[in-house]
Amino acid sequence: MSAAELPAPVTTRPVGGGRRRPRAIVVFVTLTVLLLAIALLAATIGAAGIPLSRLWPALGLGAPADPATFARDQLVLWSIRIPRIAISAMIGALLAVSGTIMQGLFRNPLADPALVGVSSGGALAAAFTIVILDNAIAPNAAARAFELLPLSAFFGSLVTTLLLYRISSREGRTSVAIFLLSGLAIAALANAGIGLLIFMADDRQLRDITFWLLGSLGGATWSKATLLLPFLAASAAVMPFIARGLDVLVLGESEAFHSGINVERLKIICIVLVSAMTGAAVAICGVIGFIGIVVPHLLRLAIGPGHRMLLPASALFGAALLAFADTFARVLAAPAEIPVGILTATIGAPFFLYVLLRQRALVGS
Amino acid sequence: MTAALEVSGIGMRIKSATLLDGIDLQVQPGETVAIVGPNGAGKSTLLRILSGDMTPTRGSVRLKGTALSSYPADRLAAHRAVLSQHVTISFPFTVEEVVRMGAGDMARVKAQPLVDAMLDEIGLNAFRDRELPTLSGGEQQRAHFARVLLQLAVGEAKHGPGVLLLDEPTSSLDLRYQINLVEIGRRRAASGTAVIAILHDLNLAARFADRIVVLHRGRLAATGTPRETITNAMLRDVFEVNTNVDLIAGPLPHVLPQAMQAI
Repeated sequence: MSAAELPAPVTTRPVGGGRRRPRAIVVFVTLTVLLLAIALLAATIGAAGIPLSRLWPALGLGAPADPATFARDQLVLWSIRIPRIAISAMIGALLAVSGTIMQGLFRNPLADPALVGVSSGGALAAAFTIVILDNAIAPNAAARAFELLPLSAFFGSLVTTLLLYRISSREGRTSVAIFLLSGLAIAALANAGIGLLIFMADDRQLRDITFWLLGSLGGATWSKATLLLPFLAASAAVMPFIARGLDVLVLGESEAFHSGINVERLKIICIVLVSAMTGAAVAICGVIGFIGIVVPHLLRLAIGPGHRMLLPASALFGAALLAFADTFARVLAAPAEIPVGILTATIGAPFFLYVLLRQRALVGS
Repeated sequence: MTAALEVSGIGMRIKSATLLDGIDLQVQPGETVAIVGPNGAGKSTLLRILSGDMTPTRGSVRLKGTALSSYPADRLAAHRAVLSQHVTISFPFTVEEVVRMGAGDMARVKAQPLVDAMLDEIGLNAFRDRELPTLSGGEQQRAHFARVLLQLAVGEAKHGPGVLLLDEPTSSLDLRYQINLVEIGRRRAASGTAVIAILHDLNLAARFADRIVVLHRGRLAATGTPRETITNAMLRDVFEVNTNVDLIAGPLPHVLPQAMQAI
């Protein structure tokens, strides 16, 4: 019995149905151009329109034609428009990367921080901070110390993620049904808590909480933008170190361990990172759902599921998508603004159903 | 010579159930060992202990002379590779991407020739750009085998001959690739790798292994060459079937069940 007795086992001619991945440089240049284009679009559109001809001078790239509009343009651009674009892009990036990591961790393309209650957990903790701090310490204490909100939202999200993981994972296997259902239950519980806080809140707190829960990017300021920056930087710094682990984790926890991954450490890093990013996003703009599902799903179709590309690409595409959605939300019912969370849910929920049905076709159950 | 793997007096109890009891086993570099036994004999538990997934409740496991439990995951992966049963993936990686996972942190340019070599050896070159979930069970298993062989090769390039553990590697393979897999296993052993496989097909096990380890109810029932272990008496006592062991293929035993009925 030697190899010589066997016919040559190899055909090198590719069989049909193959997939080639686009080159990294093409992907990142395309996404960066997309993000910049949307940022430009967002800068020109709004209650006070700034046409492109006046945008460049206001940005400091050329001589102003009319000093009167120039001063106004600059004010609108630098203290309202640009912080808002920056925040929507950063939140979009945080939510998209959270979704990508969570899907890798739970080995499930339907995982999204908002859908399975991680955002609600963060929101509950933050709402708790608003009401209790307001009542117990001083009126408007939470608003004044708004750095507290990301911290409490982070802990709320962390507790929720850990709980979710505990419930739905057994011996390294995560059941999709249990995962989604327990997420639903956790979200319901958190929402009940939020309901209770709303019940306890006075009129002003009520308005704050409700508006914030709908997921709005209104009231963007530079200080809020700078608050998000460290979270984004941290996720960018960690990405290269978890990419291979998340890839191999797709094979299962034991296979990841066999391949040399310290699975426990990877899981802890991912859970803390997802909670921090989701918590920060929730603290600034409330619950904005479905970015975390839509972005990685579309990107996987275009560039494949490898996390080395998928994670940074998610950040760019998520930024572009939420910046675009927010621009849309600003003009759809102008001069009023639709909370962007309502918009993303309107588009995202049907998309979620589509992914679910595709999964069903794939798994056959 | 330091044994590639050395198991002494291991036992595994989960609650009141004894899964393994008093197992001693030494596997030398370059040796091929088949673990056989009826369902529930403890084969998978033993393999999970050997691969570091489980810590035995009693006894010790040494890999190349060092306690298995003292290896961190990345160092362990450089010395031993494991092919599990039924690996399912939830995202559409292509065959080539899955195989490349075996290269660990190695730079892509450096890994590519190795990836190509493994795809060639396993006969999956034509499928390299196909997404894994679109392939048949046997083709998927071969892709994982290529990935595991790549991991082994990368580790052996740095640290010398390692250990290859295979959990029912032929379960969804057709006849040709069963033979192919046995061939590849023996080729690795010829270059110094210790290869340990759980096999259900005793005839395949006889052709694969230098030594057969028979497990029965968590204990070692027999160990030795195929000829010493695959006997009518063993098959009756352990597998509870009446058989006729032939020696038609030269020195190797060949099992022919006598009646399609257990005793």
